[in-house]
Amino acid sequence: MARRFAYFIAGWIIWLLLGWTLNYQEVVAGAAVALIAAGMFGGYLPLQPRKLLNPVRWFWLLVYIPVFAWQCLKANIDVALRVLSPGLNLKPGIVKIKTNLKSDIAKVFLANSITMTPGTLTVEIKDDTLYIHWIEIRSDDPEEMAKMIKGPFEFFLKKIFD
Amino acid sequence: MISVLALIFLWLGVVFVLLGALGLARFPDLYNRMQAATKCVTLGVCGIMIGIFLRSGFNPLGIKALLAAVFILFTVPVSSHALVRGSLIAGVRLWKGTVRDDFTADRGAPSIIDNAGAGEEEK
Repeated sequence: MARRFAYFIAGWIIWLLLGWTLNYQEVVAGAAVALIAAGMFGGYLPLQPRKLLNPVRWFWLLVYIPVFAWQCLKANIDVALRVLSPGLNLKPGIVKIKTNLKSDIAKVFLANSITMTPGTLTVEIKDDTLYIHWIEIRSDDPEEMAKMIKGPFEFFLKKIFD
Repeated sequence: MISVLALIFLWLGVVFVLLGALGLARFPDLYNRMQAATKCVTLGVCGIMIGIFLRSGFNPLGIKALLAAVFILFTVPVSSHALVRGSLIAGVRLWKGTVRDDFTADRGAPSIIDNAGAGEEEK
C-alpha cells in the first residue's frame, strides 16, 4: 500500500510539473490519472517507501548528482577524442566485475551510471556480477578493473539505496 | 547573461550529437557504435534541453524540456543495455580486435569474435 501511495505522489508531482499550472482542473485530472497509474503499476515500485523518508539518503543523492555529472562529461570528452583520433585507439572486450550492492534498484543505478562513464557499457547483471563492454581494456587484474569501472559510484549508491 | 549560457549549452549539445553521429559511422562494430550513440547523444540531447530551459525559464516549455532531459538520462542506458545484450545473444559478431568476451564464454556459447578476413575493417 505504501508503495502505491509513494507512486501516486510521484506521478501527481510529475503531472503537475508537465502542466506547470495549479488550475484546479489540472490538479483534479492529475490526481485521477496518478491514482489509476498507481493502482495498475504501483506494486512494481522497486523501492522500500520507508527509505524515501530518510533525509540522509536524500543528502547523499544531492552529493551524487554533481559527481555523476562530472563523470558523464569526462565520458563524453573521452569518447569524442576517440572518435576524432585517426587510429581510433580501440581495444574492446567484455569483462565481468563483482558488486557488493544488495538491492535491485541500487544495481540498476550502478549499471546506468557505468553506462554513462568513459568507454563502459553494461551488458548484463546476474546476481552480483556485472558484464561490461569496455572500449579500451587497460588492466587484466579483476580487482583493478572493478575499481576503474565502478569509480566513485558504488560508495555513493550504497549510502543512497542500500 | 542567461541567454549566453543558454547558447553555450545549445552549442555544446549540438557538437556532442555531431560527434556521436561521427562515432556511429567510424567505429568498427555494433558494440563500439553503441558506446558512441549512448554517451555522446545523451549528453548532447541533455545539453540542448538545458539550453532550452535556460532560454525559456520557468514556464511550461522550460519545465517540459528539463523533465525530458531527466527521462532521457534514465531510459537511454536501459535501452542500450537491452540492444547490446540482445545482439550478443543473437550472435552479432564482435570486432576482430576484441581481446576478451567473458559474457559469451560464461554462457558456454562458441566465441563470436570476428576472426580475420573481415573486409570492412581492413580499409
